[in-house]
Amino acid sequence: MDNLFNLSITVNGVLYERQVEPRLLLSDFLRHDLGLTGTHVGCEHGVCGACTIQFDSQPARSCLMFAVMAHGHRITTVEGLGTLEKLHPLQEAFKEEHGLQCGFCTPGFLTTLTSFLEENPDPTEEEIREAVSGNLCRCTGYQHIIGSVKLAAEKMRTN
Amino acid sequence: MAKKFIGERVRRNEDARLLTGQALFVDDIEIPGMLHAAFKRSDYAHARILSINVSAARDLPGVHAVYTAADMGEDWAPGPPLVSPPPSVKDVTFYSRRQAPLVKDVIRHAGETLAVVIAESRYIAEDAVDEILVEYDPLPVVSDLEKALSADSPLVHDDLESNLAAHLNQQKGDYESAKKQADVVIQRRFHLDRGAAVAMENRGIVAHWDEKAKQLTIWDTTQAPIPIRNGTASRLGLSENQVRVIAPFIGGAFGPKMMMFYPEEMLIPWVSVQLCRPIKWIEDRRENFYATTSEREQVHEVEIALTKDGHILGLKDDFLHDTGAFDPYGLTLPLNTQCHLMGPYNIPNFSSQCTAVFTNKPIVTPVRGAGRQQGIYIIERMLDISAAELSIDPTVIRKMNFIPPDAFPFNNTIVDQAFTPLILDSGNFVAVFEKAAEMIGYEKFVKEEQPRLRASGKHVGIALTPFIETTGVGPYEGARVQIETNGKVNVVTGYGTQGQGHFTMLAQIVSEQLGVAVQNVRVVTGDTAEFHWGTGTFASRGAVVMGNAVHAAASGVRKKVLKLASKVLSTPEEELELVDGVVRIADVPDRSISLGELSGLANPLRGAVDPGFEPGLESTDYFGPQSGTTASGCHGMILEVDPETMMVEIKRYVAVEDCGRVINPLIVEGQIHGGVSMGLGNAYYEKLQFDEDGQILNASLADYLIVTSREMPKKVETGHWETLSPLNQLGSKGVGEAGAIPVPALFAQALQNALFDHKFEILETPLSPNRLFELLQAS
Repeated sequence: MDNLFNLSITVNGVLYERQVEPRLLLSDFLRHDLGLTGTHVGCEHGVCGACTIQFDSQPARSCLMFAVMAHGHRITTVEGLGTLEKLHPLQEAFKEEHGLQCGFCTPGFLTTLTSFLEENPDPTEEEIREAVSGNLCRCTGYQHIIGSVKLAAEKMRTN
Repeated sequence: MAKKFIGERVRRNEDARLLTGQALFVDDIEIPGMLHAAFKRSDYAHARILSINVSAARDLPGVHAVYTAADMGEDWAPGPPLVSPPPSVKDVTFYSRRQAPLVKDVIRHAGETLAVVIAESRYIAEDAVDEILVEYDPLPVVSDLEKALSADSPLVHDDLESNLAAHLNQQKGDYESAKKQADVVIQRRFHLDRGAAVAMENRGIVAHWDEKAKQLTIWDTTQAPIPIRNGTASRLGLSENQVRVIAPFIGGAFGPKMMMFYPEEMLIPWVSVQLCRPIKWIEDRRENFYATTSEREQVHEVEIALTKDGHILGLKDDFLHDTGAFDPYGLTLPLNTQCHLMGPYNIPNFSSQCTAVFTNKPIVTPVRGAGRQQGIYIIERMLDISAAELSIDPTVIRKMNFIPPDAFPFNNTIVDQAFTPLILDSGNFVAVFEKAAEMIGYEKFVKEEQPRLRASGKHVGIALTPFIETTGVGPYEGARVQIETNGKVNVVTGYGTQGQGHFTMLAQIVSEQLGVAVQNVRVVTGDTAEFHWGTGTFASRGAVVMGNAVHAAASGVRKKVLKLASKVLSTPEEELELVDGVVRIADVPDRSISLGELSGLANPLRGAVDPGFEPGLESTDYFGPQSGTTASGCHGMILEVDPETMMVEIKRYVAVEDCGRVINPLIVEGQIHGGVSMGLGNAYYEKLQFDEDGQILNASLADYLIVTSREMPKKVETGHWETLSPLNQLGSKGVGEAGAIPVPALFAQALQNALFDHKFEILETPLSPNRLFELLQAS
């Protein structure tokens, strides 16, 4: 197998060095090469947002990127936000407010929203609705997701 | 006092795993030695295959195999019929035609599978697909429902005389006589069109044939692991015991994942057996539009006969139903439509002929609502039109025709999708309707606010749409409940889950019986190795059928607990209670034994047991309802439309629901919100657009527009009304599809009401801003 690239990438704080084909999508690299299956693939055309990760702290679609484009960069996936033992306040809020049903779109919402809440710690409902308008959910109708974000903002402000 | 679990807003057991990315979905499966599949699909909707040349594909490095229909030899067989026509309806015509794992000679819809490549990676497999050369002889395409039945139409199945797939006639009373007595007879023609389910997770399957163990394990995004297991075993000549089907976490289903024996489901396990390797296939989004089922295209010729004061004497509806290229799902959809045409109303005379038609389009099987939307849409539109013609208030015409609350069970006599007579078991349609009207402030809006808004030039409309939903159908489901020696409770079923909160809802039912905290009840769903009797998750039957099966099994365990504890504590059973994981004497709470310890005692390691002994604190039970339950509801909406841009803003949205006993109000709210979002999509943003060559013009999420946070109303206000179902112990009715069912009718009513100064009639769904513009221009 020729023209492999020596990729060096930090994911959730861990440095990985792997040889990859240039055409390997970042979503596939994270899910199958690194086994971080929390990031989900819904469309592979950048619309649904399920594959959203943080690229140097900014939300980005991992299905529209090649892994090699992330060479030398820092990626955060849902696995980097919280663990079963210690949920991120946003994850706690989602559980409290029933902000997820099948959970497939959820990681994409979480990586989008932690970034949003960092920039906007006291958002209005309208701002939240706008912030998630690029993430599709077919199960919840978004109402409880927005409620989750309001609760999370409150939790994070008081901590 | 025993704590109550049913009716509580219990937070979900399954959430932490889903939130942290630690939940297993089918594409997360990695097995050493796993190979990947990609399909060559037909670009033509109707064509003969002259040749398929796979040699270049086979030669590509990294490709292990390429299969066409010819390579399957005698193992090639079409899928089984899933639902036969109801035996209780007379004079049913039904021609069964089913999909194949790989097309042999004639392609009948765009996207049909022609060949499969098995390779080291999905990337290589897709490269190889591009190397496959197919010589097609294109045939004329059948894409229009009505033209499909004309004498000179090309045939989808040339061994049949026409494109007639089925014909079904259902009658109640005598419509023709009723018509003669009517003061008014109103006729309309409606065109309803297709929408897709668009679950966020596409379909997928991993099949692993272990040649040494002679064991086949399949992970499948199916709503029906048990039938898949049984059918797969049969097709491959294996014992059912050799096949394990697991439906892990599934990213939404909404109906199409209940279609069984899709081509890929028939093929991938077979390939695994051929190659003795694990094989994975994951559908991509574009494939999903073609290869996963959808529904809703029908053409209705409707007639309603009324007295001049608005009483319905009779309803007639002859309709065409698009079944797509094949009809594995029988008559479920048209039967559901027929059974919802009478809605919640007392209609003494009814006549409906359904003609199902083959077309060169993807297969039609249920999508949330499953044919019920169409029935409700028709009757609600006809009542709006009748109200306008008779100058009666639309709420008044409905209230005068509702089945009254003391008339249950109400027998509509026609046959439903479960092959039983359509008997509505319970409900209070007037109360639900009035509650919705009150919640949205109907009177005040119509009398005061709307005239004021109209005077200022705003186009604001209000609508109230009641509906019924037949739910909770059989045949049955089963569950096994067991108390483990650590005091936790294990519940297993073969019934699958796709986000509806079964891990929590079913746990609550068990907690209610056993007094164990919900977090300490572990539910396993969708694994045939754990439990292999049952059907699947569909038709809003989870809380009813599965819930009552779990309730029965948990009650069985409770009986065993009380019997054994009575001996151990030397106290009569009536004086014992189960609270907080222990059994104790009601007035002497420190005389107790933990359930875990009791479970240990129930499984002796030494000594003799009595005849009829059953070890442990475990019970298996089943629930099979005699007939389905009837959920109902009413949605209300206030909507503003801009008559220049056609964009709408939903000012208020109210959803009142009667789903019988509510087990978890939080989960019920979520189901309603989600259903409303799909309904809004169906009403105004989503339509699967086919051209006359059977091609889908909007097969991507950029073009097929599902509702985002921006299109939803700020708040879906939910209200509840409870009439318990008399048909099951829990009194539950099901709510999974309810949110979606009335919305297209509600939307049409609101738009007409808003655009009161335009002369036009909405006789179709889905609409869209473009289409509304066209309708207004034409008026």
